[in-house]
Amino acid sequence: MLLIPCPYCGPRPELEFRHAGEAHIARPANPDATAAGAWSEYLYVRSNPKGRHIERWRHASGCNRFFNCVRDTVTDVIEATYPAGEARR
Amino acid sequence: MRHSIFNLVRQAFAGNQGWPRQWRSPAPKRAYDMIVVGAGGHGLATAYYLAAEHGLRNIAVLEKGWLGGGNTGRNTTIIRSNYLWEESQKLYEHAVQLWEDLSQTLNYNVMYSPRGVMMLAHTQHDVQSFQRHIHANRLGGIDNEWLTAEQAQAFCPILNIDPSLRYPVIGAALQRRGGTARHDAVAWGYARAADALGVDIIENCTVTGIDRDASGAVSGVQTSRGAIRAARVGVVAAGHSSVLMGMAGVRMPLESYPLQALVSEPVKPVMPCVVMSNTVHAYMSQSDKGELVIGAGTDAYTSYSQTGGLHIAMHTLDAICELFPVVRRMRMLRNWGGIVDVTPDRSPIIGKTPVPGLFVNCGWGTGGFKATPGSGHVFAHTLATGEPHPINAPFSLDRFRTGRLIDEAAAAAVAH
Ligand SMILES: Cc1cc2nc3c(=O)[nH]c(=O)nc-3n(C[C@H](O)[C@H](O)[C@H](O)COP(=O)(O)OP(=O)(O)OC[C@H]3O[C@@H](n4cnc5c(N)ncnc54)[C@H](O)[C@@H]3O)c2cc1C
Ligand SMILES: [Zn+2]
Repeated sequence: MLLIPCPYCGPRPELEFRHAGEAHIARPANPDATAAGAWSEYLYVRSNPKGRHIERWRHASGCNRFFNCVRDTVTDVIEATYPAGEARR
Repeated sequence: MRHSIFNLVRQAFAGNQGWPRQWRSPAPKRAYDMIVVGAGGHGLATAYYLAAEHGLRNIAVLEKGWLGGGNTGRNTTIIRSNYLWEESQKLYEHAVQLWEDLSQTLNYNVMYSPRGVMMLAHTQHDVQSFQRHIHANRLGGIDNEWLTAEQAQAFCPILNIDPSLRYPVIGAALQRRGGTARHDAVAWGYARAADALGVDIIENCTVTGIDRDASGAVSGVQTSRGAIRAARVGVVAAGHSSVLMGMAGVRMPLESYPLQALVSEPVKPVMPCVVMSNTVHAYMSQSDKGELVIGAGTDAYTSYSQTGGLHIAMHTLDAICELFPVVRRMRMLRNWGGIVDVTPDRSPIIGKTPVPGLFVNCGWGTGGFKATPGSGHVFAHTLATGEPHPINAPFSLDRFRTGRLIDEAAAAAVAH
């Protein structure tokens, strides 16, 4: 089980959180002018890296806020967490 | 040497010292007509059908570890074909039909045992969804029948149907032709049969790059044992598919999650069938060795760690103890994880890629063992002819652009 440092509440066990997928995926700004390929990237395609990964978590049984987390997908070690909306680390 | 009663008796009298190695361990050649990356069940089956049905002999299967050491050797071996959508029914049923005489085809006992797969309904929603599956399956010519709780218990006597359970069993869907097979034997049987037809299976050979020529087409691979040329490459790498496709610059609609299973100490036969419950996340069957084989869920987050969190296994054991109180005091012997590649619609991707000469067979997620023979069969057709077989045509990578998804709610994100 991961020990996840919520940027608002501090370290808490994984059971308090919901994983919310890869971070920094922006919805196409102009839907009418977006081609199928770009929708596909937004909806379905994921980087799924073996190594450094930036993902979103929600502290569901705590402050209930979304935040971003940098984790290594081989060791599962968490490098950093930071509030949603901040620049990619 | 063929496996036959005659050879069995002869070798028994000779102290079983005369059995030859099951497959060679060749050094990689500089070039092949075709390369399959990944010697799991799907990759080995692909190579076998390429050789047996398409007459291709100058082919290699490259494996970074040992053959069958990935998800093929880590899964809970449940086989069934009672999927919801017509496309899936055809794909999985194709596999079940090949399972039925696979031991004879390969001259290797894969211990396919159609002992029945029973899926438990615990809520009104389960009942409606299973009924829908049963009707869809009947239209597709696939056996799947509804059982009451009492009938379910008659089929699996150790099942607890006490109405006071937190999630009582209120019925079940049973596919009698579903069952299990011996996972290692499937990999070994395909490996032995492919090797006998001249396929080079090269273990301890990690693919580290995919080479492309000036026109962008595939020209070979880079490996830990040197460069190998080939004009056609099929990637069958399960949890590592995103990594391999990334080597050719192709981004995939995949996420890799740890999925775990565990087995108990061996006991005398207590369980005649496979029981699955998606609602409470518990799967159990008994291996021919007597171990209870239990499948847990995936972790919440993507990972390549090949170990799942302990709380995930605990959650499953809670459910197992409720459903099968008779096993409460048993000890678990082993617990392990595999990395499964999950697609957004929980259906596999089998076919062409944007890169000429590069083909992919992946996205089997938590439930691809059952499809091993069918997957290898249609992917061999795709590799040999350059075009998909009618059965795998709907499972294209392109469906994530066109929107024609094959949304298999039946394939819940749990072991099955
Ligand atoms: C715990 C668990 C339980 C499961 N239970 C069931 C079940 O009950 N029923 C069911 O139908 N399915 C089940 N599955 C899913 C099933 O195991 C898989 O879908 C199926 O085995 C995939 O087969 P494969 O041959 O594609 O993959 P694998 O057997 O994983 O083969 C892929 C191979 O590619 C190799 N590879 C990766 N990267 C490279 C590289 N760079 N170079 C060379 N080789 C590489 C790997 O080493 C591996 O051997 C389960 C999975 C797990 C983990
Ligand atoms: Zn918090």
